Amino acid sequence: MKLNLKIWRQEDAKTKGEFKNYQLDEVHGDMSFLEMLDVLNNELIENGKEEPIEFDHDCREGICGMCSLQINGEAHGPDRGITTCQLHMRKFKDGDTIVIEPFRANAFPVVKDLAVDRSAFDRIQQAGGFISVNTSGNTQDANSIPIEKENADLAFNAATCIGCGACVAACKNASAMLFTSAKVSQYALLPQGEIEATDRVLNMVAQMDKEGFGNCTNTGACEVECPKGISLENIARLNREYLAASLKG
Amino acid sequence: MGGIKSSIARKVAMALSGLFLVLFLAQHFTINFTSVVSPDTFNEISQFMGTNFLVQAVLQPILIFGVIFHFVMGFILEARNRSARSIGYAKFDGNANSPWVSRNMLISGIVVLAFLGLHFYDFWVHEMQVKYLQGDMSGLNEAGEFRYYEETVAKFAGQPIRVAIYVFSFIFLMLHLLHGFASSFQTMGVNNKYSKGIRTFTKAFAIVIPMGFVFIAIFHYLNNL
Amino acid sequence: MSILDSKIPSGPIADKWTKHKNEINLVNPANKRNIDVIVVGTGLAGASAAATLAELGYNVKTFCFQDSPRRAHSIAAQGGINASKNYQGDGDSDYRLFYDTVKGGDYRSREANVYRLAEVSGNIIDQCVAQGVPFAREYGGLLDNRSFGGVLVSRTFYAKGQTGQQLLLGAYSAMNRQINRGKIQSFTRHEMMDIVKVDGKARGIIARNLVTGEIERHSAHAVVLASGGYGNVFFLSTNAMGSNVTAAWKAHKKGAFFANPCYTQIHPTCIPVSGDLQAKLTLMSESLRNDGRIWVPAKKEDAEAIQAGKLKPTQIKEEDRDYYLERRYPAFGNLVPRDVASRAAKERCDAGFGVNKTGQAVYLDFSSAIERYGKEKAFSSGKKDASKEEIIKLGKEVVESKYGNLFDMYEKITDQNPYETPMMIFPAVHYTMGGLWVDYNLMTTIPGCYATGEANFSDHGANRLGASALMQGLADGYFVLPYTIGDYLSDDIQTGKIPTDSKEFDEAEKEVRDFLDRLMNVKGEKPVDYFHRKLGLIMWNKCGMSRNEKELKEAIEEIAQLREEFYSNVRIPGKAEGRNAELEKAGRVADFLELGELFAKDALDRNESCGGHFREEYQTPEGEALRDDENYRYVSAWEYKGEPKDAVLHKEELIFENIELKTRSYK
Repeated sequence: MKLNLKIWRQEDAKTKGEFKNYQLDEVHGDMSFLEMLDVLNNELIENGKEEPIEFDHDCREGICGMCSLQINGEAHGPDRGITTCQLHMRKFKDGDTIVIEPFRANAFPVVKDLAVDRSAFDRIQQAGGFISVNTSGNTQDANSIPIEKENADLAFNAATCIGCGACVAACKNASAMLFTSAKVSQYALLPQGEIEATDRVLNMVAQMDKEGFGNCTNTGACEVECPKGISLENIARLNREYLAASLKG
Repeated sequence: MGGIKSSIARKVAMALSGLFLVLFLAQHFTINFTSVVSPDTFNEISQFMGTNFLVQAVLQPILIFGVIFHFVMGFILEARNRSARSIGYAKFDGNANSPWVSRNMLISGIVVLAFLGLHFYDFWVHEMQVKYLQGDMSGLNEAGEFRYYEETVAKFAGQPIRVAIYVFSFIFLMLHLLHGFASSFQTMGVNNKYSKGIRTFTKAFAIVIPMGFVFIAIFHYLNNL
Repeated sequence: MSILDSKIPSGPIADKWTKHKNEINLVNPANKRNIDVIVVGTGLAGASAAATLAELGYNVKTFCFQDSPRRAHSIAAQGGINASKNYQGDGDSDYRLFYDTVKGGDYRSREANVYRLAEVSGNIIDQCVAQGVPFAREYGGLLDNRSFGGVLVSRTFYAKGQTGQQLLLGAYSAMNRQINRGKIQSFTRHEMMDIVKVDGKARGIIARNLVTGEIERHSAHAVVLASGGYGNVFFLSTNAMGSNVTAAWKAHKKGAFFANPCYTQIHPTCIPVSGDLQAKLTLMSESLRNDGRIWVPAKKEDAEAIQAGKLKPTQIKEEDRDYYLERRYPAFGNLVPRDVASRAAKERCDAGFGVNKTGQAVYLDFSSAIERYGKEKAFSSGKKDASKEEIIKLGKEVVESKYGNLFDMYEKITDQNPYETPMMIFPAVHYTMGGLWVDYNLMTTIPGCYATGEANFSDHGANRLGASALMQGLADGYFVLPYTIGDYLSDDIQTGKIPTDSKEFDEAEKEVRDFLDRLMNVKGEKPVDYFHRKLGLIMWNKCGMSRNEKELKEAIEEIAQLREEFYSNVRIPGKAEGRNAELEKAGRVADFLELGELFAKDALDRNESCGGHFREEYQTPEGEALRDDENYRYVSAWEYKGEPKDAVLHKEELIFENIELKTRSYK
């Protein structure tokens, strides 16, 4: 199929960007979206007129969270439960125009073209997204802490967040609540996380605010666009944990 | 203490003030509805509400504060949210992942706010004038009867434009509540086996109450053609 | 005696590690504050090492090319992590895990290292649970296990199909804790370009900032390479696009011996190649082989009809299917080790029985499992006379609960529903057992330069068993390296900070700049991918699942030629300053073009078949691998001498005192 691509080009964080139009003539339905961009890039390199388009990607199997892209107004494109690398071109039709933009949020400055800097997420995690146990191995036996299966499963579901930033990109407020709540929830649901629960949630939310993300207005867009289907329940849990922690001081 | 500076604390404050306004709305509707059923009851309650010290000196300022707080906080949050993405998307398909009402609380809120202006002008300003500037706390008209019912009806009778504005505004109030009421529970961290029931209740409330107000306005209009 | 000293402690195998820990030198806590360690790579091995070293008190700097340490490719491991906990009471023990791993590795690994790995495996699970890793649990709240290829016990701990992710995020959170304490400085979007040696010791690295293009100098008292494997030398593999050999290869060029480069794991259950422009292969977890049955049509005409699209797999009758693994290996059936399963698939496809348009795929069929689970479920829920449809429906639910995410992923990629029609799979490059040679302390032949995880060669011999890579990465990082590195660093307590303005750093930086200039100035015609694809084809066709002398020799020639062509015809657009993905790729491919040649040379040297290395000249009449313990019971450690073809072989004899050398049999 033939496709028209409208792609955001930006030299670096300081330079102003703009859209440029490209055409691809032979795109197959079995190609992934990123393979389509690979083809375009190789054409650009061989033509030698323009530099290839920079975008982030790594594992190409939907787990590392490195790929991003706002495709036709949706984070990771029109399909559900996947990342851009798992989006296949059979989702598009011959002659389609596809608008490709970076994930946009002030907390995610553009690095170049479609690549953005998501280190704000790392800093939120560093503020408290851990359990303070030494990694010396001198811990108690793993089975000495039985955990209710339901909670273990909920904790796992929250922990499957890949930190891709689609929640921020899809949110009209560029809020990072789904991301933050997933980590807070994982530990809140496990007995191991209880001891530091108060400081964790206060510190992580403080860092989240400091990074300049917007507020959650419960539109639910994040949950829909999340490649891992992280539930809004986690945001409710975060709110609850935060209230409890605030009252405790 | 996170204080009111943190995003979540602000949201909770927003939710709490919203819930308070929802309660007020329920109360307001109940009283208004009596105007359809029994003008006398309506008059009595109106007189009570209009002259009771607790209502006037305590609840009324709280209510006014609640309204102002809710919309000021709303604007603060909105401003922060907008500044979180200074370069917008060329294409943003919000309908693909979220309902229109949830993304446009500002619009529905502004319509409701504008309506409140008209509504205050219609009723509250007049009441304040009569009661506190003129000092007439009797609630009686020249004929010596309670004036409330008659004054209320007069606002709608033969006033198709006002009725239309009311209908329009209450549709936006409905949209505002459809998202806001349910959302406030999520913000307060409620998420348990009752959540589904709460959601159903809030949606029903969001439709029934504003439509009830619409019904009252149209009722009085039609009744006096 | 070889110049390689593996430093294996004396004594009975079960006591070696304890004894060693008791005897090595330690650095006291106050002195650790004055010692810097660089860790390159933040996967399981790197992140766990960085966290533990920082916790012990060292000043740690970590480097990763991704935008966050959390994205390292360990995250993609699906199936699980082994540990000899014996929670299932099925007779597991440290010895049995040790035995299975040595046997699975086809007797080409170092006994003492493997025993240590088995010994600390249980600790890993304790550690991970303590730091909040949400492993799968049973209804009683205790940890669940499943079974993996090549073993007869259930010792694999898992978190659905995302075990690697959960373990990596656990290690990443431990790292975050240390970053928060200021003990780790994390450098993301940085690529190590070279290692810097001062007085023969590893004393730092030269790194390129991938955002600004700046060349940076970083010094330390020791350098740990945890940079993963080199499967991407095949271009198409299950590795991440950015996975590369650069860090290990640069160390090799500076004096670290490279061991067993030809030992490659070809994983049997990957989604087959669909087109010429494909950039990457996707793995389907080995856990699928617990319930899926692998088959091809028994009749050639059926296979041909399927290839031509005239026949559907579901139309082939039971008796016309060849469940070749069950036929050839009745004891282990579909759960034979990966190398065996992969070769068997290739054998069938080469013989013309393959499916898919290309004939390069076999079926992985869940219909029997669906029926079996459906019956069990119907029975346990009291529906004694359930209809066939009901049974199938129940069975699908059970299968969904076990493998739902994998099935979804398969459908997204192939547009076929694996609940209704069998999956198609084909082997793909997945893991490299070879890597930098290390001694028992995990130190390479460069003093002060360590290698952990997939980047070293030590524990898996010629073939790695499923769920052992995660175990090794974390064992090295959490429990081995942090102890053994102290022995070396105890000499450095008075050294003081290593200056970066020495002539050694000047030279290393200049070399890096010259190399980048050289790449930028070729200004040829073809993009980097063109060369990478070509290299991949040579590797896959001539150094892949089966190898022979003639083709290996051809491969050596062809790779050398391709390398020349690369340096005369590659086109890298843009500038070396600022972000330039093509330049990053070019640097990596340049190293693959050298490694590929050494790989073939190593495969040519090893005149035997073992594990992932199958030489067509050395097989039994039934087509099974034929090992030559008399002549090849050694680790091949290659010393760099200017060109890959000039590399010098050093042999480390493998001594088996606790396990009798036998022909591996899974029949």
